[in-house]
Amino acid sequence: MAALLETRSLKAYYGPTPVLHGVDLAVEAGGITALLGANGAGKTTLLRAICAMVRREGEVRFAERALDGLRTEDVVRLGVGHVPDGRGTFVHLTVEENLRLGAYTRADRARVAQDFDRVFTYFPRLRERRRQQAGTLSGGEQQMLAISRALMLSPKLLLLDEPSFGLAPLMVKDIFRILRTINREERVSMLIVEQNATLALELADHAYLLETGRMVMSGSAERIRGDESVRRAYLGY
Amino acid sequence: MTVLSETPAMADTRQVAGLSLSTWHRIGLVAALAFALVVPFWASSYHTFQFTLVTVYAIALMGLNLLTGYNGQISLGHGAFYAIGAYVTAVLVHKTGVPYWATVPVAGFVCLGVGFLFGFPALRLEGLYLALATFALALVTPQILKFKTFASWTGGVQGILMDKPDAPWGLPLDSDQWLYFLCLAVALPLFWAARNMVASRTGRAMVSIRDHPIAAATMGVDTALVKSLTFGVSAFYTGIAGSLGGIVVGFVAPDSFSILLSLSFLVGIVVGGLASIWGALFGALFVVFVPNYADQISDLLGERAKALPWAIYGLLLIAVMYLMPTGVVGMLRTVAARVVGVRGPRTLVAKTE
Amino acid sequence: MTAFLHQVFSGLASGGIYASVALALVLIYQATHLVNFAQGEMAMFATYVAWALVQAGLPYWPAFLLTLAISFAGGVAIERIVIRPFDKAPVLASVCVFIGLLSIFNSLAGFIFTYTIKTFPSPFGEQAWYGTRFLSPHETGEIVVTLALLVLVYAFFRFTPLGLAMRAAAQNPASSRLVGIRVGWMLALGWGLAAAAGAVAGMMAAPIVYLEPNMMGGILLYGFAGALLGGIDNPWGAVLGGFMVGVLENLAGGYVVGADLKLTAALVIIVGVLVIRPSGLFGRPIAQRV
Repeated sequence: MAALLETRSLKAYYGPTPVLHGVDLAVEAGGITALLGANGAGKTTLLRAICAMVRREGEVRFAERALDGLRTEDVVRLGVGHVPDGRGTFVHLTVEENLRLGAYTRADRARVAQDFDRVFTYFPRLRERRRQQAGTLSGGEQQMLAISRALMLSPKLLLLDEPSFGLAPLMVKDIFRILRTINREERVSMLIVEQNATLALELADHAYLLETGRMVMSGSAERIRGDESVRRAYLGY
Repeated sequence: MTVLSETPAMADTRQVAGLSLSTWHRIGLVAALAFALVVPFWASSYHTFQFTLVTVYAIALMGLNLLTGYNGQISLGHGAFYAIGAYVTAVLVHKTGVPYWATVPVAGFVCLGVGFLFGFPALRLEGLYLALATFALALVTPQILKFKTFASWTGGVQGILMDKPDAPWGLPLDSDQWLYFLCLAVALPLFWAARNMVASRTGRAMVSIRDHPIAAATMGVDTALVKSLTFGVSAFYTGIAGSLGGIVVGFVAPDSFSILLSLSFLVGIVVGGLASIWGALFGALFVVFVPNYADQISDLLGERAKALPWAIYGLLLIAVMYLMPTGVVGMLRTVAARVVGVRGPRTLVAKTE
Repeated sequence: MTAFLHQVFSGLASGGIYASVALALVLIYQATHLVNFAQGEMAMFATYVAWALVQAGLPYWPAFLLTLAISFAGGVAIERIVIRPFDKAPVLASVCVFIGLLSIFNSLAGFIFTYTIKTFPSPFGEQAWYGTRFLSPHETGEIVVTLALLVLVYAFFRFTPLGLAMRAAAQNPASSRLVGIRVGWMLALGWGLAAAAGAVAGMMAAPIVYLEPNMMGGILLYGFAGALLGGIDNPWGAVLGGFMVGVLENLAGGYVVGADLKLTAALVIIVGVLVIRPSGLFGRPIAQRV
């Protein structure tokens, strides 16, 4: 069975500078894949390349469909939800408006209403703050909002860029727990970029290690977790 | 705002056809100078007059470029300084009999003062707001010039006529040629001074304020002083240009200094190339000659062509912007970079805000 | 006192026109951070289109609505065809494009319709019941139309999904793409709406200032000044600014300096306010992240 998301020899550029030098990656349907690596390895760039936010070369296939020539908004409409680094909340709009925007491309009003409820069940704090301006939310709440907004797309694949960034450990645990629930109950596949390797490897089935734009290791999460060099470099023991 | 900036004064080792870029630069300079010296002798009176205007506008554009291109303060009102310069000359010549050539520096210094004073409150205004304030200045100036109370000095709506000066000391030049060389003689040192200013510490301070005012301030640049000074110097240049312009045209009237003049100046520096010395010259060529071409093109199209030249001008302007969004100088730099093939030490940095 | 009130109300009437122009400017500014200097000439051209429709026999209100539709389509087309190629160009290059557009519209109007001053009909009869001591029927009607425009625009942005998408696209284009919004088209829509708002301003102004190619120059300036006075990132502040400028202009002309210098006086006051409050009266203070 072909993977839900596949990249082959993916290269990405910021202007004339190449940042990814031919990356192969696959995310299985229903699975969670972690993308690890140090700062500047190109993890964020990889997510951006999938969503056509940077200049890229090479093959990207989603649900067996080639994404060549598609713009970001078209890729998104195919069912790829992207929670960007920095969260990308619409800070001047309310929580509710942010969520509505997530559902902007959907026509099925009844299902959208259900999704609102579902999202508020995962993150009750958002329900409390639904009429509040998104910019006034705390970091953790904005992260919840960012994930929820992506969920409102009813995506098949969720790309998450450093969901733990800047959050207190307890909050991070919460969010990762909820991500696991979303993956299990709604069969939303995930590709998570994380600097916090321990957490990511606990959540994921499969993991990749990126170093300066090249994939240097890939395998099941357990295998990567057990690997000597990974443990020393990224897990700290 | 996105502006192409150049890190100034770094040694450039790239080569084109065996000669370094700076040698090519020098060749261009010498060629332009040679052409400039020869022009009034084989061109007609009218063409000489046009080239004189090019020189005058180049000075004005140099002034505006210092402020907008190098220092990042957008002015839609430099026509006002041009007008002030022209009127200072006209009033002094008309009312007090001061010889015309002596009025030029006076006009410059008056505008220096006015510009510096305007620069102070302008410190509080950024971007768009400064644009409005300068736009207001440009609109208001002709109105004040027309105002009845000052009419005895300014000549009111009719303006002031001046005699066209003849060549002094019995030189074998006619009036047009003499004025051409006079303007050229004023322009060259001014350009030289501008070039030196831009390459100096002050110039770097100006550019640093444009690119990142907060960083500049934290590095000890007195942003308020530099910005006001730049305004003043910029007004100085444009005031001198206005004074020369008034002498060359022989006539000043409020309606010749409408907002269209200020807009032409802005168009000139953008088409010529922001933050460049040569840009002032290319811009001046555009501002003087393109409306003429537009006229000629519309004549070809015939009838009711009275209005059309400006439509054609607009189309030409948009086309030029499309082909050269960074101006003539920007395009030349890009072409040079491509011919050389490699990104040398002098790179073009696009800054987006 | 009566004279004073008269000036104030008259000022509100012209202020309505400035407010419409201010709104048009803000609509484009919010999405692009550019001020469309060609807005006035576009509005003037639209008014000529309306005039032509009326000359062709169309009754006023159908001509009005058809002109709005044509202006909207024109605005969208201009954004897609002329402006779009410059979205990565330096800001001042775009400004030059606006200046180019300005020249084109101005000359085309002169070329097609000549420079002879024309009268433009007002749908509000001279003797209508809603004329008062302070406001002519046209002035009253014009204020009502302006307010109606503003209410409609507000409702559109606040309550419709498309309006929400446009707001999002203006504030954060990158995130908007991530929810599937076609940001390019949102920009084009913004231009369309702005063009329509400008057309309303033109059609309301023309009966008073008479229809000729240079009629919108001063109005554009006042609209721009009003938008900045109110705070250009705040549409309703900008609209309020437009009204304030109208009243200010009238009072300055009536009481301070007389008609010759009222432009000067108004501008001096506006710039003075901006120097004291650089982000406008109701604008968000410009906080810069270092």
